[in-house]
Amino acid sequence: MVEAARRVLSVRDLVVDFVQDTGTIRALDGVSLDLHAGRVLGVVGESGCGKSLTARAVLRLVDRPGRIVSGKVLLDPGAPAQQELTALDPEGEAIRAVRGGRIGLIFQEPMSALSMHYTVGNQIIEAIRAHSGLGKSAARQRAIELLQEVGIPRPETRIDAYPFQLSGGLRQRVGIALALAADPEILIADEPTTALDVTTQAQILALLRRLQRTKGMALMLITHDMGVIAQMADDVAVMYLGKVVEFAPVQQLFAAPRHPYTRALLRSVPNIRAVPRERLATIGGAVPHPESRPTGCAFHPRCPEIIAGRCALEMPPPLPPDQEGASCFHVMPKMMVDA
Amino acid sequence: MTVLEVERLSKSFPIKSGLLQRETGRVRAVQDVSFSIARGETLALVGESGCGKTTVARCILRALPPSSGAIRFSPQEGTTIDLAPLSRSALRPIRRHIQMIFQDPYASLNPRMMVGDIIAEPLLVAGVPLAKRQARVRELLELVGLPPAARTRFPHAFSGGQRQRIGIARALALDPTLVVADEPVSALDVSVQAQIINLLLDLQDRLGLSMLFVAHDLGVVRHVSDRVAVMYVGRIVEVAPTIALYARPRHPYTEALLAAVPKPDPMLRDAAAAPRGEVADPANPPPGCAFHPRCPHAVDRCRVELPELREVAPGNFSACHRAEELTLVGVA
Ligand SMILES: Nc1ncnc2c1ncn2[C@@H]1O[C@H](COP(=O)(O)OP(=O)(O)OP(=O)(O)O)[C@@H](O)[C@H]1O
Ligand SMILES: Nc1ncnc2c1ncn2[C@@H]1O[C@H](COP(=O)(O)OP(=O)(O)OP(=O)(O)O)[C@@H](O)[C@H]1O
Ligand code: SF4
Ligand code: SF4
Ligand SMILES: [Mg+2]
Ligand SMILES: [Mg+2]
Repeated sequence: MVEAARRVLSVRDLVVDFVQDTGTIRALDGVSLDLHAGRVLGVVGESGCGKSLTARAVLRLVDRPGRIVSGKVLLDPGAPAQQELTALDPEGEAIRAVRGGRIGLIFQEPMSALSMHYTVGNQIIEAIRAHSGLGKSAARQRAIELLQEVGIPRPETRIDAYPFQLSGGLRQRVGIALALAADPEILIADEPTTALDVTTQAQILALLRRLQRTKGMALMLITHDMGVIAQMADDVAVMYLGKVVEFAPVQQLFAAPRHPYTRALLRSVPNIRAVPRERLATIGGAVPHPESRPTGCAFHPRCPEIIAGRCALEMPPPLPPDQEGASCFHVMPKMMVDA
Repeated sequence: MTVLEVERLSKSFPIKSGLLQRETGRVRAVQDVSFSIARGETLALVGESGCGKTTVARCILRALPPSSGAIRFSPQEGTTIDLAPLSRSALRPIRRHIQMIFQDPYASLNPRMMVGDIIAEPLLVAGVPLAKRQARVRELLELVGLPPAARTRFPHAFSGGQRQRIGIARALALDPTLVVADEPVSALDVSVQAQIINLLLDLQDRLGLSMLFVAHDLGVVRHVSDRVAVMYVGRIVEVAPTIALYARPRHPYTEALLAAVPKPDPMLRDAAAAPRGEVADPANPPPGCAFHPRCPHAVDRCRVELPELREVAPGNFSACHRAEELTLVGVA
């Protein structure tokens, strides 16, 4: 169970719709989760389940025709200075101070955060100055330190390079330096290593872990890779079709997954220790498009443990936020039994 | 029996720059690559982005003309042809025996053709009559686990995994001697990836497929391959039977790759030490052993002398000067 680490962000019952000619797509269907200072929340699930959209909704970056229909995102929940991000103007000053300020963002493709036309240094210096009172030369000094911190060799010269002059791994390091420019308390990393090779991935993950620990940041790490989750996360939220279907501390999740989807997902991961030519456990079919969300439990058409006459008709109870458990009729939510 | 024997295959691309697009250097994408594939065998070609895997595959398919080397192919017992020097017209009758499965099941299927026609296309080109084509399409759909009704639908009606099945059916239409699959499951979600991996395993068993399987995911490779060839900056640095390579790598780069894979077990954390440095640039590879700037075992000799690929244990080939003396760590 989560220790009494300070909660820095709460997402409550977040619902996001996309209104299209063909109908309304409910892409997030009541997502709740919490981020804690000094802890890593891994968010995992297959393509289209709403991982990136959750991150974008937190930062109010949902573009039309998408719309936050209901739910709340709270920064510093319960504190006197609590801020309701969902109540802010998505274009306004207040949310902009949060984006790239208290909440840093790292993308899968670092070029989506970097401009081709400015040097690495210019972009980081600008980000530093936007969120602090530093002067030009002090900000440049700080930028060099940041590049050093993220493991870029020869930062004094690399600071004047353009992003296209750097390899993918170095670019991702610059993306991380940029996200750290304002000393954020929360870091949201959306598939930060998916586009990278394994050896580069190992370097970047080690870097993220070191920075997260030394700075005590809350890290929300979005990935579809169960290996990355196992190596990085403290707690894990498993998503399926716009919902968190299981939440558990990482050891618990791998040792005794509760939701049939989590179990199936874990068994279907190819393992480098497998017996050669061994068949993988499969889940029938594919993730349905949110446009044609199944009735009842959204996983029921693929579920090997379906309860006839129930799962296709009734929705299993949603998971209470920040509590270990799974949203499935077979699983009773675990109550607060910890000593 | 050997289906394919590649010997000292090299392929370089010009680097052009300036207004006149003059050649200012060459990317040596593939250098002196040698390997063979036996009938019924799956050889995996692994390595990180840009190491030359796709270039090797495209040379074998003769989608690219090799710069040098031999590509000896045996479409049937007793016939061996070197594909490397063949002209387009001389290649045409042979091409049907080598088929390709692509990474991207979205881009590789014509959206305006019905699935039945997509699968039948190679049969049509080969002059198979209509009735036989239709029967074969039904057979192929069944083989790859698609319903017969799929025949009259268009690709957009199918998910990524189903489209990959369509691509596989098309590749198998003419009973090819060799299938070249370039990252066939990399674009798929894990649950769907598992289905396609199992399908490939079934097809290997049922049809005795011979396959070159290009991939970068060492977990996937472990499941589907009999042997593995590891590439680094255009060269093969290790070839060995799958179990042997994972259990006891004979090249430090293979060891580094295995260590870098994030293990799906939270109890085994921090065990992986990331190798230092970055993959070398194939336009400007380091002298000697290209891995030496990152290799924890490098000695002076490594910086000057290129290690040749040689047999260091039965069936186990390594291009490391120190292969015999080092005891490298794999995964159990
Ligand atoms: N512009 C859009 N128009 C319509 N629907 C959208 C749009 N953007 C996102 N969606 C919907 O939101 C759902 C969630 O998308 P999201 O990008 O969050 O998935 P994800 O979990 O990040 O997947 P991936 O692993 O592929 O990145 C998608 O299935 C899609 O239906
Ligand atoms: N047509 C081309 N012209 C110039 N350079 C090329 C061409 N095709 C490939 N290269 C270069 O050759 C090298 C090998 O590329 P290749 O696509 O074979 O790598 P790969 O191992 O398949 O990588 P990936 O895992 O990213 O697919 C790279 O440096 C690439 O930039
Ligand atoms: S609620 Fe029913 S269908 Fe859904 S996961 Fe549980 S058993 Fe399966
Ligand atoms: S030849 Fe030298 S540098 Fe290259 S892998 Fe072997 S020990 Fe390392
Ligand atoms: Mg995403
Ligand atoms: Mg490739």
